Amino acid sequence: MISLKINGQSHDVDVPGDMPLLWVLRDVVGLTGTKFGCGIAQCGACTVHIDGKPVRSCVMNVSAVGDRPITTVEAVGETPAGKKVQEAWLDLEVVQCGYCQSGQVMSATALLTRNPRPSDADIDAAMAGNICRCGTYPRIRAAIKKAAEV
Amino acid sequence: MAKKISGPSYGLLEPGDLSVTSRRRFLQGGGAGLLMGFVWLRNGKAWAAGEEPSLKVIGGGDNNGGNTFQGFQPGGFIRIAGDGKITFIIPNTEMGQGIYTGESMLIAEELEVGLDQITVIPAPPNEQLYQQPILKSQATGGSTSIRGAWIPLRQAGAAARTMLVAAAAARWGVPAGECTAERAVVKHGPTGRTLGYGELVDDASKQTVPADIVLKDPKDFKLVGKPAKRIDTPSKVNGSALYGIDVRLPGMKIAAVEVCPVVDGKLKDVDTRPARAVPGVVDVVKLDNAVAVIGDHFWAARQGLAALDINWDNGSKENVSTQRIVEDLKTASEVGKPVMGRTVGDVAAGFRNAAKTVEAVYQLPFLAHATMEPINTTVHVRPDACEIWVGTQAPTAVQKAAADLTGLPVEKVIVNNYMIGGGFGRRLIADSIVQAVNIAKQVSYPVKVIWTREQDIKHDLFRPAYYDHIKAGLGADGMPTVFTDRVTGGSVLGSYLPKGLPEGVLDTDAIEGAAETPYDFPATQVDWVRKDPPIKVNWWRGVGPTHNVFVVESFIDEMAQAAGKDPVEYRRALLGKNPRALAVLNLAAEKAGWGEKLPDRTGRGISLHDSFGSYLAVVLETSVSPAGEVKLRRITAAVDCGININPNSVKAQVEGGFVFGLSAALYNGITLANGQVEQNNFNDYRQIRINEIPPFEVHIVASGENPGGLGESGTVSAAPSLGNAIFAATGVRLRTLPFDREELRQK
Amino acid sequence: MKRWGLALLAVIVILIVAVGAFLFIPHRLEEVSAPQGMPTGQALVQRGEYLARAADCVACHTAPGGKQYAGGLPFKLPVGTIYAPNITPDKRSGIGDWSDAEFVRAMHHGVGKNGEDLYPAFPYASYALMTTEDALAVKAYLFTLAPVQADTPANTLKFPFDQRRLMRFWKLLFLPGHRFQPDNGKSPDVNRGAYLVEALAHCGECHTPRNFMYGLDNAHKFAGAVTEGWKAYNITSSKTAGLGDWSDQQVADYLSTGHADKRGSAAGNMGEAVSLSLRHLTPDDIRSMVAYLRTIPSQGTATTESAVDLDPPALKASTPYSPTPDELQDASLGLQIFQSACASCHAWNGEGLQSPHAALIGSQTANDPEGTNLIQVILRGAKLETNQGTIAMPAFGKAYSDAEIAAVSNYVIAHFGNKKPAITPEDVAKARAF
Repeated sequence: MISLKINGQSHDVDVPGDMPLLWVLRDVVGLTGTKFGCGIAQCGACTVHIDGKPVRSCVMNVSAVGDRPITTVEAVGETPAGKKVQEAWLDLEVVQCGYCQSGQVMSATALLTRNPRPSDADIDAAMAGNICRCGTYPRIRAAIKKAAEV
Repeated sequence: MAKKISGPSYGLLEPGDLSVTSRRRFLQGGGAGLLMGFVWLRNGKAWAAGEEPSLKVIGGGDNNGGNTFQGFQPGGFIRIAGDGKITFIIPNTEMGQGIYTGESMLIAEELEVGLDQITVIPAPPNEQLYQQPILKSQATGGSTSIRGAWIPLRQAGAAARTMLVAAAAARWGVPAGECTAERAVVKHGPTGRTLGYGELVDDASKQTVPADIVLKDPKDFKLVGKPAKRIDTPSKVNGSALYGIDVRLPGMKIAAVEVCPVVDGKLKDVDTRPARAVPGVVDVVKLDNAVAVIGDHFWAARQGLAALDINWDNGSKENVSTQRIVEDLKTASEVGKPVMGRTVGDVAAGFRNAAKTVEAVYQLPFLAHATMEPINTTVHVRPDACEIWVGTQAPTAVQKAAADLTGLPVEKVIVNNYMIGGGFGRRLIADSIVQAVNIAKQVSYPVKVIWTREQDIKHDLFRPAYYDHIKAGLGADGMPTVFTDRVTGGSVLGSYLPKGLPEGVLDTDAIEGAAETPYDFPATQVDWVRKDPPIKVNWWRGVGPTHNVFVVESFIDEMAQAAGKDPVEYRRALLGKNPRALAVLNLAAEKAGWGEKLPDRTGRGISLHDSFGSYLAVVLETSVSPAGEVKLRRITAAVDCGININPNSVKAQVEGGFVFGLSAALYNGITLANGQVEQNNFNDYRQIRINEIPPFEVHIVASGENPGGLGESGTVSAAPSLGNAIFAATGVRLRTLPFDREELRQK
Repeated sequence: MKRWGLALLAVIVILIVAVGAFLFIPHRLEEVSAPQGMPTGQALVQRGEYLARAADCVACHTAPGGKQYAGGLPFKLPVGTIYAPNITPDKRSGIGDWSDAEFVRAMHHGVGKNGEDLYPAFPYASYALMTTEDALAVKAYLFTLAPVQADTPANTLKFPFDQRRLMRFWKLLFLPGHRFQPDNGKSPDVNRGAYLVEALAHCGECHTPRNFMYGLDNAHKFAGAVTEGWKAYNITSSKTAGLGDWSDQQVADYLSTGHADKRGSAAGNMGEAVSLSLRHLTPDDIRSMVAYLRTIPSQGTATTESAVDLDPPALKASTPYSPTPDELQDASLGLQIFQSACASCHAWNGEGLQSPHAALIGSQTANDPEGTNLIQVILRGAKLETNQGTIAMPAFGKAYSDAEIAAVSNYVIAHFGNKKPAITPEDVAKARAF
């Protein structure tokens, strides 16, 4: 039995230690906002925060989380940066199919949390690991800048 | 003044459809619920009471199934309950293009409700009610949604509003002309009395359907043409939106599948015990060509699958390779028998009179869709019914496929359509549904089948590879005397139709974008040599134009070069009969600073096309480093899509479509060797990323024309504008996609 | 004169006869019998399984995607291709009808069932040191496997390399004529380690350079070598080039998990050795191997350019999620690719995200200015089985150009290794050829 702190709640899960956190969140805990995109940390759709830091949950063994708190897209809006990001995302109509956006929002929130005034190059460094097939990149960049101004 | 329905450009309505007799067809039933078909009037048919399939609520809304709905339900698109709750049933699938919002705007505009007052749900499978008039099938694709919905959905809103207003006027005993509607409330002007729509549902249900539906004059539009916030996005930024892959049902298990890696290979045998020994594995199911391991969660299923040592019967296609396919295309192009696509003018004379001929061969690869949401389907096969939860572009195709497999009548197959995490044509095809039903038939519980990204890429149905031989004659002035294009490739329609496409019949998809260009050529011949590859093929975002416009627009630049003329000037000279195309060309060129000096190894490329009823010109500026690195600097687009319903979505679709096309132009091509697809995941089916995307402007040309489609136009423009920009920067003309950057290295 | 002439003739004749005899006299088949105290039954099989893993038989005797031990793995040499044979107990295509004596002869003398000389792709020069008892245990284990009918493809060697008898010359020079000899001056631990390292794990086959005759150049034992485009690093006690600066724990971790804190991770053949073999060894055996490796004299000194930098300045100036401000401003192609495809796991400060295996700080691969293994791992990816699950890096070779892979390699070595590499697209093209 592994104990996880997810979005402020404690969850005991009976899963193998090498099971990726992604599938624990989606299939065991039932938090489906975190998405499966590639399974090899190439697309970022599965990004969650552990201790506030962005992590690709598809390649993160659940046993490696320990007692560090996990935040998923379902609760990131409760953080100041997460709220700003979600608002900017809606203001600038970033989203299309939306499937990658959970991960985009998590990566952007982590960026703004550690760097409230990111430059274009900072945005590249933080966001280039997140793929969007709908091509919302121009708006993601604009929305991060907008969220940074708020 | 308000204008009556006139014959729309897309042939949805004919005057006879509004006659009393045709209306009577829709007026069966009566009683508590008034049923009438505003929908796609030609195909409209009413249901008898109780026939309507249940409607499930997706992504928010209530659980009020259609069977039990009490209230005002005029046709297939609108439901107003006694408590005032308004629900729109959206005929097209939301896959990111913003159609929930766009189509809601059309209904809401005429119904006089705000977008904040409605809930939307996806339409259940029902060809009578929801058939897309251009595709002639209940499907979403080909940038047809808005074009098809433009008249009927406004009619639906207008008719319902007319009936609600009439009901209020009757209750008050005043002329309907004294009443107006706004934000779901009818108001009697002289007395200021009001009645909410919810209070009127019973009376409205008894109202006669108006004989002449009067639609608003565009100048009175409150919603259409103004930027609207999308209604599906709040749930997509907080993780609450539900895609097919997010379905969770009581007792549901999750399956991972391994399909024979060789094209059309079969399962020989497998010892299932190692999988069953994995904790969490529930069942192992064998299919004709695959093994599925079912577990409590996807991880258990995958671990179980990994534990298996599967013996495949590779069948007869072990030697299939793209190298061979490309050679076959070349041979077919040279010696095959073409099917005529379009011929205009005297082609032979055109070449005879030419001072110069230009010709080239362009080649395009197979392409995977690689939607962000990997393929998945959830199915519960019960003795008396089959229920499916999936994001699909073609709900009736899903329903029919499941009915065929289970032997159940179609009405016993319930299809719950979900948000789609990217379609691009992939989710038009029911292959993965067939697989999932075949798995679910072998177990008693609901099972969600998820493909890994590797399965998603390897077992996609690809956009065909093409080999195109294009040729033009130029007069002494450098202007074309004749233009011909021989397209060689497989038929998507042939792959799609159950009985295939007979030889000698044209698949218009193969030549769309080449047969009719925006340009005025004295003579044209475009034909198609059909050479079906040994793998199934499918439509891909931008369909025919994505393929052909790359070839044509690259070649127009080659013609301009041969003529010693500027590419934009050259195009202008060919657009005398096409003012809308000329306008977007001029606007894009002007906004992009066409002609202004650029640094070394930097260039601008233009592309222009009118596809799907919209006109799009894009200027792309790029530099190419000595190492061959293509660095995009600026993208400037000008679009005329007719009346634009939601400018927000128009710009988003141009941007997104173009970026989607850039990934393909720079990086994507599916290759096969030894009968197996060589790509696996985003490491080798590479996607463009945010750090490669430069500033992107989209300028909209105001237009009063009927709306055009726009979900795919941007994709069409990407490769030609990039190829032309690379040529301008380096002098190297790349004619094969994806562009080989090794050829751009300064050696 | 005549006598001298006769004598010379006699010598020539004798030489011809001797060489002829050397080449053509059939190999003897020595009787073997189970040594006293050798376990039997299940205990023997278990021991054999452990030893077969320690000797990593499965690595070579399994084709990609094929059945374990059923052979078929190609060894592509400049002179043709050799295929590893099927060693499942199938009587026709495997080793099902081999006697104990034949099996032991193969292990110790590189001789096949029918007396044919085997090519040294089969590392019998190392296995010759294995005790007869252990060789028999391995056989006992192999004979419990399910027989797989799988014919081994015929080798495609060019003349004269297709003449197996010529291997007798090679053996004369390079095949030890004895079993492992414990050094009574060393601790039992070191001797056990030596047996594991030299005989079973055959570490020298990759880590010791070869001479022009493909023999191990034991004057430079464990000084590192390049095989099939991958570098097997120096594992001598050299402080700059080898393991001299590694702690015992680091060496032990690397062997048993494929990763050591601040020392990077195994990939390529070493990753395979960890996955299939080393991770299954007992902690005691790993400790013994470390103890033995500690006794290997220092060989080769790295230049300052190639010594591992354990504290590169660029890592200190980075966070896990962002590179140095200078690098950001520079926005090189290498940086761009790293931020797109690599940073999500490797992190800019060298710590590695999600899995410690992704940490690049102290990695020899990221510190090698030639980028030999770095280019390979980028092209082909890496897959490591650990006792805590699979750790994998995808292969980027198909989707990234030579120029791009050269750029990202140069970036990684500069950033994580603090070196000034000059990898060119041509280097990448060469690396692809393997």
